[in-house]
Amino acid sequence: MGLEFNTETFRDDFTFRNSPKAIRRFPFPFPEDSYMYSVNMEPHVPGPKGSVFEHMFDVDEHYLSEMRDRALVLKDDPLRCQSLPHMTLAGWDLLELIMEAKARDYPHWFELHKTGNRWTWINRPMEIEQTFTFLDESTLPYGPMEYITRQTQGDFTLQDQRDNTLWIDAGMVTTQADWSLDFDVGMSFNEWHAPVPLAHQMGVFERALKFLLKLQLGAPVRRFNWTMTVDPLLDTSPENYPKWGPSKATLTPDTVGRRQHLRVELQSLHRLPRSNAIAFPIRAYLIRFEELVSVPKWGRRLHRIIRDIHPDLATYKGFIRNRDMMVDYLAQFDDGQPTSPGWWPED
Amino acid sequence: MSVGAPKIAVTVAEVVEVNELIKRFRFVRTGGGVMPTFSGGSHIVVDMDDHGTRRLNPYSLMSDPADPSSYMISVRRDDQGRGGSLYMHRHVTPGLQMQIGHPVNLFPLDLRGRKHLLVAGGIGITPFIAQMAQLAARGERFELHYAARTRSLGAYMDDLQARYGDRVHLYLDDQGQTLDLKTLLAGQPFGTHLYVCGPKPMLNWVLSTAKAMGWPDGAVHSEEFLAPPVGKPFAVELATSGKTITVDGNQSLLEAIEKAGVDAPYLCRGGACGQCETDVLQCDGHLEHNDHWLTPEQKASNRKIMPCVSRFHGQKLVLDR
Repeated sequence: MGLEFNTETFRDDFTFRNSPKAIRRFPFPFPEDSYMYSVNMEPHVPGPKGSVFEHMFDVDEHYLSEMRDRALVLKDDPLRCQSLPHMTLAGWDLLELIMEAKARDYPHWFELHKTGNRWTWINRPMEIEQTFTFLDESTLPYGPMEYITRQTQGDFTLQDQRDNTLWIDAGMVTTQADWSLDFDVGMSFNEWHAPVPLAHQMGVFERALKFLLKLQLGAPVRRFNWTMTVDPLLDTSPENYPKWGPSKATLTPDTVGRRQHLRVELQSLHRLPRSNAIAFPIRAYLIRFEELVSVPKWGRRLHRIIRDIHPDLATYKGFIRNRDMMVDYLAQFDDGQPTSPGWWPED
Repeated sequence: MSVGAPKIAVTVAEVVEVNELIKRFRFVRTGGGVMPTFSGGSHIVVDMDDHGTRRLNPYSLMSDPADPSSYMISVRRDDQGRGGSLYMHRHVTPGLQMQIGHPVNLFPLDLRGRKHLLVAGGIGITPFIAQMAQLAARGERFELHYAARTRSLGAYMDDLQARYGDRVHLYLDDQGQTLDLKTLLAGQPFGTHLYVCGPKPMLNWVLSTAKAMGWPDGAVHSEEFLAPPVGKPFAVELATSGKTITVDGNQSLLEAIEKAGVDAPYLCRGGACGQCETDVLQCDGHLEHNDHWLTPEQKASNRKIMPCVSRFHGQKLVLDR
């Protein structure tokens, strides 16, 4: 089992690496050579074997190290996990969704045994065995959302649906692309998306909200989002900006390939059964430029995207400062050949 | 079809005649297994094959959301309706295999509520039965006020009173009992949410009274499914699929579109949810908007129609479908 999970860090000495297998299955988010916002949602149905879409919740080689990093973040700042009082039921819904999915999809790692409301959860990689009473908060060491998301990769928000909009009323957020749960908690859909440039004028949020309000039980959807991160830091939070923001200023042409990472979020949305809330897992995948260009198609395409992207987007995503350096580096891997449609690594 | 999860194949396990107008149906999963968990206030769309005519009617789930072994609905027979309830009453018997949609909740509890005040009229009781089971299990505070014409038409009155005691208040028209709504609303503690489900006059009365007394919109919730009204036949051109179809008098526009083999989204089929909203490309005539989804401005614009309940009369109607 020890061989299945990396021992690595996302801070200080940054020993995070992707294995060749992890590079091949990386969720490269660009199906074509240019990028602009779109709602880009598709059904979250099982994808090809071995891909990050194979299972509802992907468990990969970074699992244990990511969970160690989450525990460290929470130790320093407990407000990264918050749940308003009316969201406890949604937390139970999420716990059930994750436990059932993982026990079904990874039976060698996870087991869930139910006798009525008396449940036993086994998480072998994390060496956890917990018997508890479903829907009784007093039988778990944390609230239900916190309990299960301390054992699940990716950030999570739980969105309550009221008054024809969604409200971000709970979340576990330690691997975020520069947004703060503590700041956003309790906001409506339009409020928490207010800082995003261009998309509002394009009507993207209006369409997305309309779609999400009708999201159906048993029919989850997914989309990609992406940004850029210097060094493999999961916790790029506004709270810690003084610790990581300046690192952008230390990037050089010699280090850009090693230190610059593409950060991809595989976001999915699930209607929850008891609470009628929506669970929003935001799973972050990191890949250093050096790793990414080992797939020729991706090297060509990323070069073209970064070169041609709207400057407002490069500014919002926080890489306008180093954009030219990134383009210069990536240009070495773009021979001008056409790329095939879609994001799969095959040429 | 509709966006989303596949239909669930079910078998009718039980049919109970509740009173002279209402029958209760219990569905189990064909071939065994549990039903999806749902939240109180959800409905399902039942797919009926009425001797060659396909009917898709929404009904509120009334079973305990904590019991995934089966789903229960109650159907009130409408002798003047288009035939869905008559089909359920006359032809749906134990052992029949049917298809249902996944639960959709357009009438959810607001879980922030410190107290839930439920006002039901007639068959409008059904979503509240599931909600009360959910609230009681979580130890939440609630109160039901339930009106019916007579005791025998007041489905489940005895049962609810036995289960929830003095949290249940009954009003029988033939006994001259009426709900003193103003006094009731005036006496509610801070943080109360009001829910109403029942016939339209009752809905309007409760909603307008609450509004006049200063209840915030966000604390008042209602659900009303419209049955598609019958009308005169009309023709409609479907631009995207290149078909011209005729909508029969007792058929909805949505049903006619589906019958023509054109895929159209839907959820509630009762003018409430907005899912079937369709762009009108040309309208030489008058749209009969029967939904309560479009705003008055949208209705006046002649650019949108909700084909689940709305109709048309005039020279020419072209839809983007």
